[in-house]
Amino acid sequence: MNKNLNKIYSKMIRIRMIEQKIASMYAEQEMRCPVHLSIGQEAVATGVCSQLKTNDIVLSAHRAHAHYLAKGGDLKKMLSELYGKENGCVMGKGGSMHLADLSAGFYPAVPIVGSTIPIGVGVAFANKMKKNSNITCIFLGDGSTEEGVFHESLDFASLKNLNILFVCENNFYSVYSPMNVRQFENRSALNLAKSHGLQGNRGDGSSIIEVIKKTKNGINYIKKNKKPFFLEFQTYRFIEHCGPNNDDNLKYRDKSEIEKWLDKDPIKLIEKYMSKKNKKFIFEKEKIISKINLEIKKSFNYAKNSKFPSSKRLKEHLYG
Amino acid sequence: MDRNIDCATAINEATEQCMKKYKNVFIFGLGVPDPKGIFGTTTGLQKKFGNQRVFDMPLAENGMMGVAVGAALNGFRPIITHQRIEFALLSMEQIINQAAKWNYMTAGKQKVPLVIRMIVGKGWGQGPQHSQSLESLFGHIPGLKVVMPFSPKDTKGLLISSIEDNNPVVFIEHRWLHSIKQKVPKSYYKIKIGSGRIASKGNDISLISYSYGIFECLKASKILKEKFNISSEVVDLRTIRPLDKNIILKSAKKTKRILAVDNSWKSFGVSAEIISLITDNLKTKDIKKIARIGNVEVPCPSTRALAKDFYCNYISIVNKVLEMLGSKKKYLKKNNLNDDVPDKSFKGPF
Ligand SMILES: Cc1ncc(C[n+]2csc(CCOP(=O)(O)OP(=O)(O)O)c2C)c(N)n1
Ligand SMILES: [Mg+2]
Repeated sequence: MNKNLNKIYSKMIRIRMIEQKIASMYAEQEMRCPVHLSIGQEAVATGVCSQLKTNDIVLSAHRAHAHYLAKGGDLKKMLSELYGKENGCVMGKGGSMHLADLSAGFYPAVPIVGSTIPIGVGVAFANKMKKNSNITCIFLGDGSTEEGVFHESLDFASLKNLNILFVCENNFYSVYSPMNVRQFENRSALNLAKSHGLQGNRGDGSSIIEVIKKTKNGINYIKKNKKPFFLEFQTYRFIEHCGPNNDDNLKYRDKSEIEKWLDKDPIKLIEKYMSKKNKKFIFEKEKIISKINLEIKKSFNYAKNSKFPSSKRLKEHLYG
Repeated sequence: MDRNIDCATAINEATEQCMKKYKNVFIFGLGVPDPKGIFGTTTGLQKKFGNQRVFDMPLAENGMMGVAVGAALNGFRPIITHQRIEFALLSMEQIINQAAKWNYMTAGKQKVPLVIRMIVGKGWGQGPQHSQSLESLFGHIPGLKVVMPFSPKDTKGLLISSIEDNNPVVFIEHRWLHSIKQKVPKSYYKIKIGSGRIASKGNDISLISYSYGIFECLKASKILKEKFNISSEVVDLRTIRPLDKNIILKSAKKTKRILAVDNSWKSFGVSAEIISLITDNLKTKDIKKIARIGNVEVPCPSTRALAKDFYCNYISIVNKVLEMLGSKKKYLKKNNLNDDVPDKSFKGPF
């Protein structure tokens, strides 16, 4: 159990550390693309992906770093992509908003909100026709549940009994816009999913233990019933919607709300839990962190020293 | 009274003046009342007019477009905003099938007075889905008017005309123009939709463009004059549907050499339309040279290493003009990696 938890913990803190490093390096103005960081939301990505196999497919959207990394996406290729380099995961053609690592089962992410929801459903539909029982996992934000395609896709997923795990990361905001200017009071994504014929569950996205447990149950349900399942996790983005900075000075989120969520920092929670269970955790943690630091340092060096794509790449890949 | 203000402020001011004048104007869209106020174009409006007339919306572009159409049919003049033109693509059905057709298919019984603001992104790695200039999709449709100003003064006057217009107007802004400054009258004034202007006079060749394209044309025009002693006339269309036929033909007749500069890909684009208009209306002997230029026909890549060669800019315009005039000279300036921002103050990420 300790060993397993250590693994989960290092996956999660690794994402946090990578994101923080991106945030601090962004000021150098060498990563020239919009970045939507996942700091604060690592537990959902890590917990859900820990229950998926390499052949299971994950789809995400603009805030994709954590999903990509949790699914096993290559770090060097991701950073090179942010730096716009030739050996980026899509050769610099997409940047942070278009991460992809097919060998890890991570389909290309796109920044048009909601667009990967039906595409994920299509992937699952094809799997079903191929008699392939792998899971397709679609990450989506609370904002995307307002788009028409969300509803159209859920209906079809239900109608065709597809092996899909929908994971709604409810961080209560779409950019600076709170729920109450976008949704009627007490509207619940989970209840909407239920109206579309899905079973589902909700949970605290700060607790990785809870995320893992609920994901496990969801996947069991999908496998047993050959039907889609919907998970809604409450979570919180710690820094600005897009970019490397804290934007609490803009005051679109209540101080008390921010503090409540910082108290529930998923990293802090798991560290507390593990310290209680394992007296040696504090030493093990040090080792984990220095190992990750080394990897991050190497990967940034790799990305920064990589070449830009040569001009001939501009016209490549228009048609397959 | 004229003051130096930027395009974003001009848009804000036009909106405010219209909302004061007409109680049936309201504005909504993702982030309209948020702290960034659509790049400053809507900042402060909610405070002035309240949340009944200035409001955020669900992330539901298609549905909300229909809501705007319905409100327009029933007595209001809605303005709906999209921070990128790509987000408006979700509402194409409402725009093209409904808004654009309604007046015609009801034999004029109901009008659709609404403004759809869209912004073209550029630079800082915006990439394939946040940087398209899709005006020709809208320019294709009878029943829509499509406005694409360059200068702050035109932007204000044209937005006021668009709000007063009884038809759906697609009002396309360019992200890199928001910060451009000019003397703009404080008063309430209009500029006619469908009227172009001569941005700079010349005799040897006409550079015809619109929106951000004018910025590059003016830069090219200066270099052509100073370095190559070529006098070019820059025609700013300001509206792409309806096109200002007279100003295009007049300039073409005068210079007999025309370069249509697209703000997007040239295939099936505004530049193609300009050329057809000229060849349809002038005799062959009146035209010595005619050509068009636009972005490379691929999606816009994120990395600045490739994006720098994707865009048509003043360098490509200068060289095209030299080629058209049969000059052996070349303007040898190279595209720069750091040209992915309009100026140093622009630091992304959006
Ligand atoms: C169709 C569309 N409309 C608007 C946007 C602009 N936009 C980018 S991210 C975002 C917020 C999405 O909110 P949510 O789905 O909750 O995800 P979060 O950013 O909170 O992770 C918006 C409105 C977009 N990219 N696509
Ligand atoms: Mg959200």
